[in-house]
Amino acid sequence: MSENMNLTLKVWRQKNAEAKGQMVTYSAKNISPDMSFLEMLDVVNEGLIKKYEDPIHFDHDCREGICGSCSLHINGRPHGPKHATTSCQLHMRSFKDGETIVIEPWRAAAFPVIKDLSTNRQAFDRIQQAGGFISVNTGGVPDANEIPIPKVIADEAFNSATCIQCGACVAACKNASAMLFVSAKVSQLALLPQGQPERYRRVQAMVAQMDAEGFGHCTNTGACEAECPKEISISNIARMNRDYFTARLIKDEV
Amino acid sequence: MMLDSKIPDGPLAEKWSKHKFNLKLVNPSNKRKYTVIVVGTGLAGSSAAASLAELGYNVKSFCFQDSPRRAHSIAAQGGINAAKNYQNDGDSVFRLFYDTVKGGDYRAREANVYRLADVSVNIIDQCVAQGVPFAREYGGLLDNRSFGGAQVSRTFYARGQTGQQLLLGAYSAQSRQIKLGKIEQYSRHEMMDVVTVDGQAKGIITRDLITGEIESHAAHAVLLCTGGYGNVFYLSTNAMGCNVTATWKAHKRGAYFGNPCFTQIHPTCIPVSGEHQSKLTLMSESLRNDGRVWAPKTKEIAEKLRKSEIKVTDLKEEDRDYFLERKYPAFGNLVPRDVASRNAKEIVDEGRGVGKSGIAVYLDFAESISRLGEDSVRAKYGNLFDMYYQITDENPYQQPMRIYPAVHYTMGGLWVDYNLQTTVPGLYCLGEANFSDHGANRLGASALMQGLADGYFVIPYTIGDYLATIGPAAVDTSHPAFAETKKHVEERIQKLLSLKGTRTVDEFHRDLGLIMWEYCGMARSEEGLIKAKGLIQELRASFWKDAIVPGTNEEVNTSLEKAGRVADFLELGELMVDDALDRRESCGGHFRLESQTEEGEALRDDENYAYVAAWEYKADNSPEELHKEELVYENVKLSQRSYK
Ligand SMILES: Cc1cc2nc3c(=O)[nH]c(=O)nc-3n(C[C@H](O)[C@H](O)[C@H](O)COP(=O)(O)OP(=O)(O)OC[C@H]3O[C@@H](n4cnc5c(N)ncnc54)[C@H](O)[C@@H]3O)c2cc1C
Ligand code: SF4
Ligand code: FES
Repeated sequence: MSENMNLTLKVWRQKNAEAKGQMVTYSAKNISPDMSFLEMLDVVNEGLIKKYEDPIHFDHDCREGICGSCSLHINGRPHGPKHATTSCQLHMRSFKDGETIVIEPWRAAAFPVIKDLSTNRQAFDRIQQAGGFISVNTGGVPDANEIPIPKVIADEAFNSATCIQCGACVAACKNASAMLFVSAKVSQLALLPQGQPERYRRVQAMVAQMDAEGFGHCTNTGACEAECPKEISISNIARMNRDYFTARLIKDEV
Repeated sequence: MMLDSKIPDGPLAEKWSKHKFNLKLVNPSNKRKYTVIVVGTGLAGSSAAASLAELGYNVKSFCFQDSPRRAHSIAAQGGINAAKNYQNDGDSVFRLFYDTVKGGDYRAREANVYRLADVSVNIIDQCVAQGVPFAREYGGLLDNRSFGGAQVSRTFYARGQTGQQLLLGAYSAQSRQIKLGKIEQYSRHEMMDVVTVDGQAKGIITRDLITGEIESHAAHAVLLCTGGYGNVFYLSTNAMGCNVTATWKAHKRGAYFGNPCFTQIHPTCIPVSGEHQSKLTLMSESLRNDGRVWAPKTKEIAEKLRKSEIKVTDLKEEDRDYFLERKYPAFGNLVPRDVASRNAKEIVDEGRGVGKSGIAVYLDFAESISRLGEDSVRAKYGNLFDMYYQITDENPYQQPMRIYPAVHYTMGGLWVDYNLQTTVPGLYCLGEANFSDHGANRLGASALMQGLADGYFVIPYTIGDYLATIGPAAVDTSHPAFAETKKHVEERIQKLLSLKGTRTVDEFHRDLGLIMWEYCGMARSEEGLIKAKGLIQELRASFWKDAIVPGTNEEVNTSLEKAGRVADFLELGELMVDDALDRRESCGGHFRLESQTEEGEALRDDENYAYVAAWEYKADNSPEELHKEELVYENVKLSQRSYK
């Protein structure tokens, strides 16, 4: 078991959306390697509160890598250095005593900063509202086993469905493109038989909303896939592009 | 007030359909004249919001997270039960009903549980239609597994993330209604109080968590779907934001609180690693299918292990105590959650715990690995082993895991009748937030089922009865009750912000958690509970003098948010203790030292305690009044559980 560490943090502090932000330096002392990254920030914040200072604000909730709240840009990488790991699942043993850690919020025009390390990601909700659903009401649906789905298709749809809507893909992309996120939802529903009736309308509506939100264009750099904590595959983007062009050919589904 | 559970009469299997027929209906063209507030966007809230909006009601939906899809339900792993009997292994609605009543140690209502089992089959159909990617077999049909010791395979699952996939289904239905303008979504909003007019719920007061603005919202009815209060223990498997504020405020406005002391403690969690620990991580209980639970035979050996003087893998067989296998030869490592948890605690209390802190026991896979091979163990549990490795930095393929019980779920909650209405007319409570269908102990995979049953299939029917009665006259916030309640909320915020003491809110929360865990956790005694009551009162007084709440209201202020929630936990904690004191029986997850068999096992007392304890708030710092709803069992026979 390794020893406790002393670290220097450079943290983006910004009082609110309108304020001008800046990097502020803090020291994090006596940090156990068993702490999670967010627990390390808790310790720093407890120290700040004791001095009647404003604690560093960041989004988090489940701390299990599933709710998609946490969203820290750590040492230049969304969710930090560890592959396929959210900020909350990152542990301090990934860092060394004496290290300086730079912590920033997601940087994207469509994700304005709310305070410090927390951004407004409601653009993602609006994209979902544009078409990320199957139009069925409660009740009156067929028995679940009336729709057999080949296991390989179900598994593939599942892989796309594991997206946690965190936005790391946008933060990783130099164009701040949301293609990986949008294509994951489009793919999940396009692969499943239940999703067929609205397949082409859905992709058009979601892409239109994505553009309206001010996300950038995809230039296939692959940074999104590399930084996605859930390892969403970039092949979803190709699938979405195919559907999008087909949709433009058919215009409306007949 | 007399408690009226409104359970319909008639044979068990016909109660719900008969009741549905007797409920008043709201004329379709009138539905758009009604507004319903839904607080919470977990499985219960989002399924309710979407279903009500589809029917034509106007819905206002609230959550404190930045998106409805991040509600705590997202974290559920294992699965959801449904009596589909797809496996042809003898399952039925009656069997699911029976297992759930028995699993709850006979402290749940028969009629509610039967309805739950009955609608469970519709839930799966609904979710599949929405595109929820449940696990499937090669033939393309849905796969099931047996969960939590059930004798039949009735659990539907979506890898280790059933909660996320179910919630995304409900969220998609909700998103569709937001787009259609039938749901107005208020994220990053916290409900601060309920507004009642002439004893009926007519709206809520909220705080915008970005601007701090205190807002009033009026509606014809209010649904609280705000989840459980396990975080009263500070450390639990719940998400950081889970809290009791919404239901506690409703309680103070007249809603009775049912069985507050019923909490579930899950045996297989990753143990605490130090002071800094902010939450606990659950490891699926399926691990006990192949892992063997043990502890060192003596205190001396445990001591050496803790100091790393010897290695666990070097320990000889005769120095190990496989205590579950030894005490419960029939069930062994597969005893129910409560029994496994309590025994682990006993080992630690005896000084035989392991790990640096000494607060853990082993869960060992060495035997399975040598029997089945590392590859098949990896195929079954690979993701869990990886997660364990990531958090603890110990490789469970090479050395036993360390596990310890943790608070996981609260069966208690607001008392509701068969219509899910609280004792305040117009105020409903759904999901984990109500005292619900799980009695004194919840079976695995049944919370997801209950949340979705309440939201998709119960409330859309029952709410109409109330709405039709009060009529569609427009509602607004002009009644003085809104201004009064808002003022009350603002004053409390100012009081919290004036606290400029020496200790952080988290420090108070941690202290409360330790008291609750020690005296009102798995094992309880009269002496300990009385002590806890005093300690909580002292802690609460000290909080209101010595806490630090920096900043102002008109900004993002998480310290203020936490302070409000912890202040409510400090009140709830005392009620939990009072409830535990009243219940002098061992029941479900709770072992009452005064009530045990000669062999030291839990002894339930049906003669004196077969009731729901519903507590009525009177005034701050004065005792609450206990009302009892007697539980009547006509379809199942009450028996003592035995796992020997
Ligand atoms: C780690 C873990 C694993 C689990 N696994 C399983 C499983 O496999 N199977 C199973 O059946 N059950 C499982 N459970 C239990 C189950 O997940 C929960 O009981 C269930 O999801 C609760 O759903 P809910 O809708 O009642 O509340 P939640 O999902 O907790 O939602 C509460 C909502 O209320 C909102 N809210 C709360 N307070 C306020 C307020 N004051 N103002 C505004 N909004 C508020 C929140 O924002 C949130 O949207 C698990 C639980 C945990 C912790
Ligand atoms: S695609 Fe990956 S990175 Fe993007 S939002 Fe989903 S989980 Fe996050
Ligand atoms: S806090 Fe939920 S994913 Fe990190």
